Amino acid sequence: MLTLENLRLQQDDFSLAADLVLPDGGVVAVLGPSGGGKSTLLAAIAGFLAPAAGRVLWNGVDLTPLPPARRPVSILFQDNNLFPHLTVAQNLALGLDPRGRVTAEQRDAMTEVLRLVGLSGLERRRPAALSGGQQSRAALARVLLSGRPLVLLDEPFSALGPGLRAEMLDLAASVLGGAGRCLLMVTHDPEDARRIASHVVVVEDGVAAAPQPTAALLADPPAGLRAYLGR
Amino acid sequence: MLWRAGGALRLAPADAGALWFTLWQALLSAALSVAAAIPVARALARRRFAGRGLLVTLLGAPFILPVIVAVLGLIAVFGRGGALNDALGLIGLGPLSIYGWHGVVLAHVFFNLPLATRLILQGWLSIPAERFRLAASLGAPVGRLLEWPMLRGVVPGAFAVIFLICLTSFAVALTLGGGPRATTVELAIYQAIRFDFDLGRAALLAAIQFGICAAAALAVQAVRLPDTMGGGFDRVVERWDGGGLSRGVDAVALSLAAGFLLLPLAMIAARGLPGLADLPPGIWAAALRSLLVALGATALTLVLALALVLRGGWIATLSGLLPLAASSLVMGTGLFVVLYPVVAPRDVALPVTALVNAAMALPFAARILGPAVAQAEAAHGRLADSLGLAGWTRLRWLLLPRLRRPLGFAAGLTAALSMGDLGVIALFAGDGQATLPLMMVRLMGAYRMEQAAGAALLLLSLSLALFWIFDRGGRADADA
Repeated sequence: MLTLENLRLQQDDFSLAADLVLPDGGVVAVLGPSGGGKSTLLAAIAGFLAPAAGRVLWNGVDLTPLPPARRPVSILFQDNNLFPHLTVAQNLALGLDPRGRVTAEQRDAMTEVLRLVGLSGLERRRPAALSGGQQSRAALARVLLSGRPLVLLDEPFSALGPGLRAEMLDLAASVLGGAGRCLLMVTHDPEDARRIASHVVVVEDGVAAAPQPTAALLADPPAGLRAYLGR
Repeated sequence: MLWRAGGALRLAPADAGALWFTLWQALLSAALSVAAAIPVARALARRRFAGRGLLVTLLGAPFILPVIVAVLGLIAVFGRGGALNDALGLIGLGPLSIYGWHGVVLAHVFFNLPLATRLILQGWLSIPAERFRLAASLGAPVGRLLEWPMLRGVVPGAFAVIFLICLTSFAVALTLGGGPRATTVELAIYQAIRFDFDLGRAALLAAIQFGICAAAALAVQAVRLPDTMGGGFDRVVERWDGGGLSRGVDAVALSLAAGFLLLPLAMIAARGLPGLADLPPGIWAAALRSLLVALGATALTLVLALALVLRGGWIATLSGLLPLAASSLVMGTGLFVVLYPVVAPRDVALPVTALVNAAMALPFAARILGPAVAQAEAAHGRLADSLGLAGWTRLRWLLLPRLRRPLGFAAGLTAALSMGDLGVIALFAGDGQATLPLMMVRLMGAYRMEQAAGAALLLLSLSLALFWIFDRGGRADADA
């Protein structure tokens, strides 16, 4: 359960307030206009941006003072989710151990995860030798392998075509949602939210609103979101 | 160093002359270099021709060309028995001498014309193509509207940096200058130590030299300076002006510049090849010493530069700037004065040379590595943070692999600079410790020009080979 407690984020003259609780085991979409603060919200949860006020809690534990790597959080950005100079296997190994050392069991786990995302046999490839979809899968595989319960997706699939994007979203939802976990996904396409998200957090006008059930929200969007969606 | 200088605070009248000469030859050299560079840069900016890329590459070569090798090449062209005097003799004109102030200035222009051209060309290429299109559609004068404002921004910087480089001229003054009318402060320092053994005067002169260079270095910081380390010179902006007469002007500018730069190098190859068969004994030992010094300096520079760039802050900025103000010879003098009572200078000649060379190359290496580190952090820093890569693991998994190219380039530059450096070694070396450049000076001093040319060719080949190997090493397997 992720709690944002009276959180206030400040970047130059931009500010964002959030006071909300995300349900356990869900997939939550973050929706809103560009520049509204969606990525800022994720950066704060991941620990890249210190809040001006308030706390970030995971299952009641305060994450606010922890650096990114010490949080139970994995994050995928729009790009640069893999080190281009390392092989797929090396990239995955860094998800398990910052020194890149893996035990025999961990190596077996890597093989298993790669099979799950459909990349069996590509361990020795560098990212440049993978297609865009395969790169996304490899990054997902690392997130899976690291086993951190809270996963943040900052539009990592936005460069993919619609078919491939839907496929990656389904894969992410099936393996990263579930009991004791939470998947938080930034998108600007309501179809993405409809596809996999049980709830939606709307970020606009400097406020991240409490999560609403997806279907109900999209059927009757509030005024700001309605304008953004063009309806 | 200053403390040691105390008590001996009196300058010979000749020293005031050296100070005066240092200043005006640097002014004249910088002015001539920049003035000559403007038409060359303009021609390169607006003409497309076969060999343009090669010529631009060649403009980067003097940076890794050992000074002493270039001097020998210039002597071969402009010297008493050189190609130019042979030609003048045919039409009955008396021989010109390259020794003296005009030789010093000539050599400085040879070294800095390419640098000035690159700096000014960068300025030309920074004018957006759209502006030329707009000027053409309006029929507006390109020169007054676009080029003159650009030159006003770029030329002072180019002038200042070349003035600074010429202030610290030692090897050129040692070989082509000398005497009451062409002695630089650096040469005076060398003579005070080697011939008069007046350490107090040497230290005072070194302090003066540091003072004027520090002032000039501050001035350089104040002016805007384009970065010529990177690429981007292959762009030729589409232009609609410049037909007819200007085409001929450009052709003349390019031919003169290419001839001026290429002829001395060609002469070294031509004279050096026969000399290779007759190299003096001890040359291979000298080559080995040079190689060891160069490799030691390279390793040291890379470690220091990486540490500086990663640490950042004002200490990094300062230690990146200081070597610009303190020349190889000034640092060498300081070390000589400090070490002299403790150890015999000749016992530490090679380590000290490597150390000073490393310090000299440090600002360049830091300038090459800095942007690359910033880029790697910008692209992959957050991923590394989220994975908990810190300290050594961050260096190993993120930075070193991303820095391979700039590291290779910096290593190549350092090795080539160190290989060809003739500064501190001239102060410290005993008879059996000459590096290759010092060996060349000794051969030239003994008028064994044939052998000196052979040694020059060897030195040039080794410098270029070191640069090539390191630079290549950084590029290999760089598909990612």
